[in-house]
Amino acid sequence: MKLDAKIPSGPLPQKWSKHQFDLKLINPANKRKYSVIMVGSGLAGGGGAASLAELGYTVKCFCYQDSPRRAHSIAAQGGINAAKNYRNDGDSVWRLFYDTVKGGDFRAREANVHRLAEVSNNIIDQCAALGVPFAREYGGLLDNRSFGGAQVSRTFYARGQTGQQLLLGAYQALQRQVARGQVQMFTRHEMLELIVVDGRARGIVARDMVSGAIETHLADAVCLATGGYGNVFFLSTNAKGCNGTAIWRAYKKGAGFANPCFTQIHPTCIPVTGEHQSKLTLMSESLRNDGRIWVPKRKGDNRAPADIPEDERDYYLERRYPSYGNLAPRDISSRAAKQVCDEGRGVGPTGLGVYLDFADAIARLGEDAIRERYGNLCEMYERITAENPYKVPMRIFPAMHYTMGGLWVDYNLESTIPGLFVLGEANFSDHGANRLGASALMQGLADGYFIIPYTIGDYLARAPKRAVPTDHPEVRAAVGGVTERVQRLLSIKGKRTVTSFHRALGKIMWEHCGMARNRSALQAGLSMIPPLREEFWANVAVPGSGEGVNQSLEMAGRVADFLEMGELLIRDALERDESCGCHFREEHITPDGEAKRDDERFAHVAVWEYAGDDKAPVRNQEPLTFDNLQLATRSYK
Amino acid sequence: MNLTLNVWRQKDARTPGRFVTYEAHDISPDMSFLEMLDVVNERLIEDGDEPIAFDHDCREGICGTCGVVINGRPHGPKERTTACQLHMRSFRNGDLLTIEPWRAKAFPVLRDLIVDRSGLDRIIAAGGFISAAIGSAPDANALPVRKENADLAMDAAACIGCGACVAACPNASAMLFTAAKVSHLGLLPQGQPERAERVRRMIAQMDAEGFGGCTNHEECQAACPKAVSVEVMARMNADFIMASITVGRRDARLGDTAGG
Repeated sequence: MKLDAKIPSGPLPQKWSKHQFDLKLINPANKRKYSVIMVGSGLAGGGGAASLAELGYTVKCFCYQDSPRRAHSIAAQGGINAAKNYRNDGDSVWRLFYDTVKGGDFRAREANVHRLAEVSNNIIDQCAALGVPFAREYGGLLDNRSFGGAQVSRTFYARGQTGQQLLLGAYQALQRQVARGQVQMFTRHEMLELIVVDGRARGIVARDMVSGAIETHLADAVCLATGGYGNVFFLSTNAKGCNGTAIWRAYKKGAGFANPCFTQIHPTCIPVTGEHQSKLTLMSESLRNDGRIWVPKRKGDNRAPADIPEDERDYYLERRYPSYGNLAPRDISSRAAKQVCDEGRGVGPTGLGVYLDFADAIARLGEDAIRERYGNLCEMYERITAENPYKVPMRIFPAMHYTMGGLWVDYNLESTIPGLFVLGEANFSDHGANRLGASALMQGLADGYFIIPYTIGDYLARAPKRAVPTDHPEVRAAVGGVTERVQRLLSIKGKRTVTSFHRALGKIMWEHCGMARNRSALQAGLSMIPPLREEFWANVAVPGSGEGVNQSLEMAGRVADFLEMGELLIRDALERDESCGCHFREEHITPDGEAKRDDERFAHVAVWEYAGDDKAPVRNQEPLTFDNLQLATRSYK
Repeated sequence: MNLTLNVWRQKDARTPGRFVTYEAHDISPDMSFLEMLDVVNERLIEDGDEPIAFDHDCREGICGTCGVVINGRPHGPKERTTACQLHMRSFRNGDLLTIEPWRAKAFPVLRDLIVDRSGLDRIIAAGGFISAAIGSAPDANALPVRKENADLAMDAAACIGCGACVAACPNASAMLFTAAKVSHLGLLPQGQPERAERVRRMIAQMDAEGFGGCTNHEECQAACPKAVSVEVMARMNADFIMASITVGRRDARLGDTAGG
């Protein structure tokens, strides 16, 4: 597998502007002759589809939801970063770049991250112009707050619904293009295969989830903006429908899969209550601006939190990381929570929880101020737990949240399959081994609004303009494969439900490849997946037919892919014999318990290449070079 | 807890539906309403039956995908709560729950509890946006917005597009949904240039989709999981009257009676 990241030459701050000039253009009148397929309608997909349509390309956009407005970007709560320096607190493009590379534990490309920091400011401008109701101060200017991993206030927000408001901005821009006829929207459609003709991505096979029809859609280029694969863990903060099928199909058609083991566990989620649990709910990291995290000092102390005196509480993040305190990055905060729970100091009925306490902030600022900042989050917490967080500290625990890994892309967001572009969480590019809070919205919109509109034009201008006939052998093979797979799932008629397999897989992943990993646990996990997969294909129960709405069938296809993807994830975690960011190998720990990187052996992107169903995948490497930042041990103390 | 469910089952848009009764045993009060349906569905599948189809996605009350009528109330008995955030502790052991899809001419049933809400997307496409070409924006702080207006815009923008307002309305009107977007954008300085055409086009589309008219029952506000206030409808009505004068005048001059 040839991995050319196509990083432009020249000094880092000039790379993107130089590259923009070097990219080939397509005459405005000719753009309509080019068609682009966009799979996904979140910030990256919806924003990208709207931007491409605005340029004049003919766009087909697909989403599995009943409306593009429901993509899971909508659930992001806390905010979006930008290097505006509106606070006059020393922020700059360079500082955002530096914080992001450091936050990712030096496992991301310098050039990509710098570009992300550069366009961050355009994003805020664009969103404000689209009518996103960002929080404002009495003077009418934009407000900011702080997020983990930064010592400046650079996070813009719209109450606790920032993702919703940014997505609605993109969605409205998209609907405007739908009305103009520039975007054709396919809702309740799920991509089930990628069509590659003469080595180039030329279309997709999708299932109409209402009629059950298997459809072929062809275009000059294909973009995947299908989000992350966190649901491989079954319980995660992802929406129930989030899945890895689109990127997994692309992987099996030759797209490299980068750093699959880089999966982010978010420190502040509502703890699990029982086996019936279907998903986990995030409590925004922004709460850590005003909430203090603690557990009792004494093991097994089961007094009510209010009865535990101040000197018997351990504010462990403030103690261990005095300069960042409760705003330590996510990976570090999650691990610290796990450690205190492992020591038997966890709280709540399961012992898997820590307190997030607003008492001090309420005493200082008043309950109204806290309600204004976090009212909707506190309400959500109360609805789920029946506890009032203004009176009793919240109980929180880490949960699977985001995947930094994804399909490998070069600087143009193009995968190893020419003409296949990957945007947003679905790609691997910018967050390294750990994503900082409020950076996912930034990356999704950067890819959709400000990067793909430039880079795709260059590809289209260079690619041969050739129509693919709908009866091309590759098209027929793709459609045949999908049809056969659907029939196969329906014909097993086993005894065990899809959800039961999914839950079993999730348990393997969480226990063997979760917050802390080690060789023997990973090996054990790796050996448990193939038998589960075999049982799935022999005993899964998928009632109904392929015609009409069949939610069991939809889930079965996704879980079948997760059962393969989980194995690759563990394999990658096993091969990456170092600790970095979210990837915490217990064999590689510094004396004070932090992740210990091995830059000699692992300062690279691991890119997995599919080699066939019965062959082990091939691990390729893209070396990471740091010409502008010094590879340093991350410290938040 | 043990409950009895009276659930609407319907194969597709063309086939008539009916209520079917199911027993839901061993339900934990900590389950969400949708998790209770999950449990019922798992048992149906194990018995070789087809599960109850219902729309859901984020399960944290923000995507707007879920929504069923529970004992006559969209999203169930708890105020400002979507079905996915409704927990079984809101019910009592032995309760009988009647579970139906949104009922509205403009929301045809696709299967069981799933309806087609694409009419709401078309209302947005008709004008629920600000035309700001990507890349053309001035600095975000170049255009200050009064905090009060920004806050009111955010209150309106909190709409999740679930359609509960339509389901609650005796006329199946989409006024609250449409007015929320008209208000959100109309309260902001960025939204002013298109304000008059926006409201006219969105209302025309709302009517074309077959949503009913508003007769001020305010059931929509009571059912809204995001507490969007009927004040947005007063604002939309004011905008509409103003637009009828200003846009009408311009159209008459241009000889274009169709508007916009």
